[in-house]
Amino acid sequence: MSILVTPDTKVLIQGITGSFGARHAKLSLDYGTKVVAGVTPGKGGQLFENQVPIFDTVEQAVRESGATVSAIFVPPPFAADAILEGVAAGLELVVCITEGIPVIDMMRVKEAMKGSKTRLIGPNCPGLVTPGTGDKSHGGCRIGIAPGYIHKKGSVGVVSRSGTLTYEAVWQLTTRGYGQSTCVGIGGDPINGTSHIDILKMFNEDPETEAIIMIGEIGGSAEEEAAAWAAEHCKKPIAGFIAGATAPEGRRMGHAGAIVSGGQGTAAGKIAALRAAGIEIAETPSDMADALIRRMKR
Amino acid sequence: MNIHEFQARELFAEFGVATQPGSVAHTPDEAETVATGLNQGKLVIKAQIHAGGRGKGTFKNGFKGGVHLCDTPSEAKDLASKMLGQVLVTHQTGPEGKEVGKIFVGEAVDIARELYFAILIDRATSVPVLIASTEGGVDIETVADKTPEKILRLSINPFLGIMPYQTRLIASSLGLTGPLMNQASKLFTNLYRLFIERDCSMVEVNPLVVTTDGRLMALDAKFNFDDNALYRQPSIIAMRDVTEEDPREVEASKHGLNYIGLDGNIACLVNGAGLAMATMDIIQHAGGSPANFLDVGGGATREQVASAFRIILADSRVKGILVNIFGGIMDCDVIANGIVEAAKETGLSIPLVVRLEGNNVEAGKKTLAQSGLKLESGENILDAANRIVAAVKSAA
Repeated sequence: MSILVTPDTKVLIQGITGSFGARHAKLSLDYGTKVVAGVTPGKGGQLFENQVPIFDTVEQAVRESGATVSAIFVPPPFAADAILEGVAAGLELVVCITEGIPVIDMMRVKEAMKGSKTRLIGPNCPGLVTPGTGDKSHGGCRIGIAPGYIHKKGSVGVVSRSGTLTYEAVWQLTTRGYGQSTCVGIGGDPINGTSHIDILKMFNEDPETEAIIMIGEIGGSAEEEAAAWAAEHCKKPIAGFIAGATAPEGRRMGHAGAIVSGGQGTAAGKIAALRAAGIEIAETPSDMADALIRRMKR
Repeated sequence: MNIHEFQARELFAEFGVATQPGSVAHTPDEAETVATGLNQGKLVIKAQIHAGGRGKGTFKNGFKGGVHLCDTPSEAKDLASKMLGQVLVTHQTGPEGKEVGKIFVGEAVDIARELYFAILIDRATSVPVLIASTEGGVDIETVADKTPEKILRLSINPFLGIMPYQTRLIASSLGLTGPLMNQASKLFTNLYRLFIERDCSMVEVNPLVVTTDGRLMALDAKFNFDDNALYRQPSIIAMRDVTEEDPREVEASKHGLNYIGLDGNIACLVNGAGLAMATMDIIQHAGGSPANFLDVGGGATREQVASAFRIILADSRVKGILVNIFGGIMDCDVIANGIVEAAKETGLSIPLVVRLEGNNVEAGKKTLAQSGLKLESGENILDAANRIVAAVKSAA
């Protein structure tokens, strides 16, 4: 098994005809992911890459294709609406790749999603990958913008706020012979749909996942909360890395959520919380896979 | 994005948030005119720069204090002439200070009580929270640390907005009774409307004051705006003052690069915000000091890489460069060509260490090796960081 998605998951893509969405829809198809529908209002009835039907609405796309998961590539001013369209269509999972959505829009989306059965991952995230069994993990489920070929099917779960740091961790694991169950980028915004703790709970319940890498960064307190939960409940070894020890207070470090304010959300505070929870700390970003291997042997 | 104090007061006026009367002046004559238009009595003159600690600051011409009180319009003019065009140094500006191009001239008020009021979006609950305290005029973090019981937090339902009973609850907790309660309800309601309609991420009124003649007003305020929402806030973008920003950051933003200047001497150029932060950290871990945060983004072009090099090299403090690229989707060879082109074009003369990994990495490494440039390759991020720190130390 894996978490959230399997190689059989049927995926639709909102914003499939934009340059960003089209590029990554094509890469997902090449990876062997079951991309069964696209949505671009006004382009219903056309085909993407001569094979994927395009619909005007998510509701239609779900009804006709049986998709249960959506990836959103629409521009920031329209992204909140796109998320709620996916929620209204009854999707199980909506993965919002879009970067730059106003915080007040996301605040309203979260409030409107209360009580719905849909899970949101992101926004401002690389998406998720459940690797396949083929060459270079071909045949897996790739939703979003991560490079598929760096993965390898296996039993390490990866959760991260950052895209490229996720790829670093995955590549280190793969080149050391450790495959992954599922790799999830939860995104770098201050308000997001799914947090570290949500993903840790899923990895903990997933029989295929045997160990976990958790990557965090400055800002907020999500890593501390996840660590406190893990200390009490997580049965599986965890390694952690926190980015931003040298970031100046009060500045946003690229990600809208990566900011230390009022002495809160520092890297030092997060690292201390992770250590206290028995999580093996990677001292540098080169050390993430090795830290997990150390923890597994402990 | 940050704004000036006088701009914050303009926003208050637009939304009906009570504040002290006054206006901005760019010349001593204008300061006198503004002062003449105000009620007679004490006047306050405040230097307008994006940094705190103005009152205790010193101008480079020796004049002490960026905030002064006076009695007449001609004194206001005289004070303005000592501040305008001069460089003010405060504990937040650094030793280089900031040139004062504008001053605020306002009616001074007699303060009976200083309070604190703020609105921000709480990350943990994803809703706006109001924060109020009877301890105004001091650092709220200190209050939170020493006397947390003196801070009231109230969550707002995003669809209902601030409710009248909530404004009364806060007023009551701040001891604002009688006619002051109505003033407080109005001020809190209007400030919340401003917060939402102008896409703020934080508004902090400190102090919120009660005057000796029984008026409640926002005396000083700090605004943070959500950068993601600026596309729909033209009036806020118009308040941007690029002379207050790091020129390196202004230049970088023109090229779609995410750059933040720091004080160290090893520059870094990285794809992805998380990896860029981690690269700064590893430079320090290796015994060096990072000169910047620079994220060229996931889909960086050759032109962007070249612009990034120019910005990095324009900084005379930079003594070495570390390029750290994980090319997941983008082609490492394209990046390598961008690096070579930029290094040649800029006549690079300081140490350069490149760590490439990912898609088409062998071709990228070959391009670098055959470029004739004096550069080193790092095996992994730590190796690359160690190499650049060593190279900078041996060159010094």
